[in-house]
Amino acid sequence: QKTRSGILGRLGAIFQENEITEALWEELEETLIMGDVGVATTMELVERTRDRVEREGIKSTRDAYLVLKQEMVRLLESDEPLHIDEPRILTVVLVVGVNGSGKTTTIGKMAHYYKQRGRKVVLGAADTFRAAAIDQLKIWAERAGVDVIAHEPGADPGAVVYDAIRASQESRKADLLIVDTAGRLQTKFNLMKELEKIRGVASKLVHRAPHEVLLVLDASTGQNAISQAKSFKESAGVTGIVLTKLDGTSKGGAVLSIKRELGVPVRFVGTGEKLEDFALFDPVAFVEGLLGDS
Amino acid sequence: MFESLSDKLQAVFDKLASKGKLSESDVNTALREVRLALLEADVNFKVVKEFIDRIRARAVGAEVMNSLTPAQQVVKIVHEELIELLGKPVPLDLSGPPPHVIMLVGLQGAGKTTMAAKLALRLRKSGQRPLLVAADIYRPAAIQQLEILGKQIDVPVHSEGTDVPAATIAKNAVRLAREKAYTTVILDTAGRLQIDEQMMQELEQVRMVTRPAEILLVVDAMTGQEAVHVAEGFNQRVPLTGLIMTKIDGDARGGAALSVRYVTGVPIKFLGTGEKLADLEPFQPDRLASRILGMGDVLTLIERA
Ligand SMILES: Nc1nc2c(ncn2[C@@H]2O[C@H](COP(=O)(O)OP(=O)(O)OP(=O)(O)O)[C@@H](O)[C@H]2O)c(=O)[nH]1
Ligand SMILES: Nc1nc2c(ncn2[C@@H]2O[C@H](COP(=O)(O)OP(=O)(O)OP(=O)(O)O)[C@@H](O)[C@H]2O)c(=O)[nH]1
Ligand SMILES: [Mg+2]
Ligand SMILES: [Mg+2]
Repeated sequence: QKTRSGILGRLGAIFQENEITEALWEELEETLIMGDVGVATTMELVERTRDRVEREGIKSTRDAYLVLKQEMVRLLESDEPLHIDEPRILTVVLVVGVNGSGKTTTIGKMAHYYKQRGRKVVLGAADTFRAAAIDQLKIWAERAGVDVIAHEPGADPGAVVYDAIRASQESRKADLLIVDTAGRLQTKFNLMKELEKIRGVASKLVHRAPHEVLLVLDASTGQNAISQAKSFKESAGVTGIVLTKLDGTSKGGAVLSIKRELGVPVRFVGTGEKLEDFALFDPVAFVEGLLGDS
Repeated sequence: MFESLSDKLQAVFDKLASKGKLSESDVNTALREVRLALLEADVNFKVVKEFIDRIRARAVGAEVMNSLTPAQQVVKIVHEELIELLGKPVPLDLSGPPPHVIMLVGLQGAGKTTMAAKLALRLRKSGQRPLLVAADIYRPAAIQQLEILGKQIDVPVHSEGTDVPAATIAKNAVRLAREKAYTTVILDTAGRLQIDEQMMQELEQVRMVTRPAEILLVVDAMTGQEAVHVAEGFNQRVPLTGLIMTKIDGDARGGAALSVRYVTGVPIKFLGTGEKLADLEPFQPDRLASRILGMGDVLTLIERA
């Protein structure tokens, strides 16, 4: 059993003291910053909580704590529906992100998740660059029991996507295609352009595709997460985030800033390296995890 | 769009300019900007706190308070102290009798396998005979990945599939190296969480049977506040001899390097600067300090100060 030592684990204790003091707000700020929430978002959250506590005449630290949780959950919630679940002949999901964030693993887990929910899933191996990326995806596909459409290493990713869509529509009769892409740092202009091209191929073949573009974000990422979300939103049209490696001691607080600044919601979480370590994002559970309160 | 620390400090001091000689509280206002910059660079909160205390002593001194260019003076002090904390570059320790074992450890996806191949290429070019070892028996296609990379750089890879324990593979590799006169053995281990007891025990076993000359923690430049706990976790179980920061070719400020260096005290040895196997640089403290401060041109700035 892994220890549940959330960096913000102390927070519950702070709020068990009786008096709401200046020190409490400072400690709160400190703990949020240590959870990678970022200075600006931390300040805003604390301010909003303070305002409400004063306006609503809240006297107990317990109630103040609940206000904070509410504010964090409210920031993370999204009204936008997840487009994967909509009825459609073929739904195309594009998975993007920086190197090593967990894209290929996430796709394996996601294939399993949707297969179990009755979908016919196909994977597209459009990372033709990284050594053994195609082999890795094939192993995951086998674990999940789904098909993969792949070319040789070094092939054009656009051509892979083209074939993957065609195969999904025709021979495989799939209703969900999930496309793996090579990891790329958001500052690499040409590689980001390549994502635009992949999008173009998908949208020509399938109405409004890709229907979801998921940015896979490692929970241990610090403030660079915001730069990632910004760039991948611009180039690839990111619609949601998969927050991976939440089984580690990092709690992924950067997603609060991403939601606040860019409006991009978290959709799924990855909590390990096994097929089942994947779930829909639950803002309440996430906040409790972040605050070390679950 | 990008306001560097020196611009922000300049703005702070401009507001005070009319008042003549600077007071201690003026300097503290400036130090708040420094603190913010370091936090935005992902330097750990507690490390930032101690760092600021350290530079406050110098910043309230005459150097800054009587200066006509206090903003530049503060930047200069911060930069110098960062360089000091980051420490000097230290080469790989290959002093003992060969084969020298180099063990790479770290979280999942940090860049260990790529770094193993980069180090192998570098060693081969410097006249060594490196052997790469596929001791990651968990990650799908990890062995294939290392074999492909080995082929690209013409360095042999020792692998025994996924059914043999990592420690056995590593031990066999060292024996093979002795027999075949390989001079360095580079162990690629599986990514793991520092809180995963079973996986940390595996690392201890690998270390015990191979007695590495170097145990290098591979850290992603994008890592946030938890970097300190990760590094402490690894260091407790397998005493580290060095750090390597990867993916420095992006726009991450890399403050985690400072945090990790601060809590472990072990030297930063290399930087990974890209996906290609030649993308490896020895660590240079002044450049990393400038990067953490978000100012590529800090050296010219200081020259003006
Ligand atoms: N502990 C943990 N490890 C994970 C999780 N998701 C992925 N990983 C691990 O992270 C490492 C990188 O995962 P990949 O799926 O290869 O990442 P990627 O984004 O496809 O990497 P590139 O294609 O090289 O950019 C692997 O060791 C995975 O097993 C997770 O939720 N928890
Ligand atoms: N841009 C960039 N990418 C890098 C660098 N180093 C590694 N990568 C990429 O990061 C991803 C992960 O690298 P790996 O070497 O597989 O990482 P790992 O630590 O072995 O991963 P696991 O074995 O799954 O724990 C791959 O896509 C690499 O190409 C670097 O310095 N810059
Ligand atoms: Mg991948
Ligand atoms: Mg590896």
